[in-house]
Amino acid sequence: MQSFIDGLIASGAFGGLPAEAVYPAIMFLFASLVVFGFVLPLVTITVWLERRVWARIQSRVGPNRVGPQGVLQGLADGVKNILKEDVVPDAADRPLFMFAPYLLVWGFLATFVVIPFSSALIIADLNVGILYITAIVALSAVGVLMAGWASNNKWSLLGGIRSAAQVVSYEIPAGLALLPVVLLTGTLSTQGIIQAQGWAPWDWFMFHSPFTFIAACAFYISALAETNRTPFDIPEAESELVAGFATEYSGFRFALFFLAEWGSLYVTGAIMTVLFLGGWQIPTGWTHNTVVLNIAQLAVFFLKAYFWVFLAMWIRGTLPRIRVDQMMSLCWKYLVPLGFVNLIGTAVWMVIWPEGNPLVPYLMVVGTFVVGVIFLRRVLYHLRRAKPELYFNPAI
Amino acid sequence: MANGIGQYLKHAKDAVATIFEGMSVTMSHFVRKPYTIQYPDRIAVRVQDTLPLRYRGILEVDLEICTGCLACERACPIDCIVIDAPKDKETRAMLLSRFDIDIAKCMYCGLCSEVCPTGSIHHTTEFEGADYSLESMIRRFVKDPILAYKAKKGEETDPLIAPVLDRGMEFLAEWAEPVDMKKYKKGQEEAAS
Repeated sequence: MQSFIDGLIASGAFGGLPAEAVYPAIMFLFASLVVFGFVLPLVTITVWLERRVWARIQSRVGPNRVGPQGVLQGLADGVKNILKEDVVPDAADRPLFMFAPYLLVWGFLATFVVIPFSSALIIADLNVGILYITAIVALSAVGVLMAGWASNNKWSLLGGIRSAAQVVSYEIPAGLALLPVVLLTGTLSTQGIIQAQGWAPWDWFMFHSPFTFIAACAFYISALAETNRTPFDIPEAESELVAGFATEYSGFRFALFFLAEWGSLYVTGAIMTVLFLGGWQIPTGWTHNTVVLNIAQLAVFFLKAYFWVFLAMWIRGTLPRIRVDQMMSLCWKYLVPLGFVNLIGTAVWMVIWPEGNPLVPYLMVVGTFVVGVIFLRRVLYHLRRAKPELYFNPAI
Repeated sequence: MANGIGQYLKHAKDAVATIFEGMSVTMSHFVRKPYTIQYPDRIAVRVQDTLPLRYRGILEVDLEICTGCLACERACPIDCIVIDAPKDKETRAMLLSRFDIDIAKCMYCGLCSEVCPTGSIHHTTEFEGADYSLESMIRRFVKDPILAYKAKKGEETDPLIAPVLDRGMEFLAEWAEPVDMKKYKKGQEEAAS
């Protein structure tokens, strides 16, 4: 890429502009291309999917009018929001109020840098990728707190404070849940972690040992809390705080909050996939075409990531919001000790079986399968008892 | 202390077990048919056709059987019905030169259809009354003056009027004694199938 641009500069395509001016311009262009061509459609689809899934769980239909099956609903909402007036309250701290949503979006967009969508498709394979993600995600807490403070409104401030407390607390169990994986691979690079896993479930870190399985669950719970998802959505609890930190926002800036919220939902799924579900790993040897291989890897990665996204939606349709004290006790009394147990357990496990236990991964996969079957039987039991009219067609 | 640890583990176990059960309930809802009726365009039968006979929708007048008795005009509490029924100077027969109902004023109380002797004025199941001006919400049933209906002794013999009169009588009977809704629905379902 750089040599290509150098060639263009040398051939005078930019009218003799210095390279220092051309590089940022092209990077800016590329970044906007990524945002508009990839992130916006991704968020639109995720929001649409969430609303449809949630609606079906509540025996409703959900948006199905705008575009085929309502896929373009997010586009319509976005256009509507952009056309609305951008109201800034008189008493608000104007510069901070204006800036906060951008910080939030920035915090989630920057995580896309290290997400490996396939073996070749990654913006930058940083050697501190995981650390970078945990650091950059915390930026959104600053954005939320800034929005809550600058709005000069009780609800906003309470929402901002709650969010800050939540994100800062849950950084710790999330970090502790990452560490077993880092121990196992000895690297912080996202590509390195994926390459240490295989395509088969028993090669995934989730099923490496009981400790990593619990670490995966703990990380998922912490990630839900960090992205303010139900049941941890107390910063924007509608019934108590109107819309929390977003109460005073309108128009484009409000849309940015939503962009960040659902974008980080996908990022959560992607990070879970990278760490515990083998990322883009697929069986090799069936093709030598790198383009085909990368597309297959991309598809596998998206499927796995959307599994976690779907799980988050499903949880949102199931669990009620928890109280602030419950949230804090879950974090400090349960997840943090569990994180230490996992860390030490994984270390001991690695001392006993440096190459990994030859049997446990298979047992864990079988165990998960059995739990799945038990779960299915419970679902069938509820269906048998209620005798409802079934409807499996996703289109309606 | 042992009790404390037991409590601690019990909380964790309870959390996992109850979330497991809750998720199974929501998953069973996920595959159920939504209850939503996608009014107005994505439904098999028009909503108007599923409503019962006594539904008080927008008023309608069967002019063929209107006797011009003005009972409905007098019964209307808000005067949304205006009728002109002059006598023809030569034939001494009653004419109907105007029969206007202002749907914008109507409050759907049903008093007019209750007093109508032939069931000429009655509610339909139509409820979509949105319009662009108040003026166009006045339903003008009479274009040119016509003869008012005169009740005959015995059966109605005119093949054009008889079915209309039968229907009007159905409305009257409905007012006198409401139909058993369960039987009515069952009958409608049978007719549909």
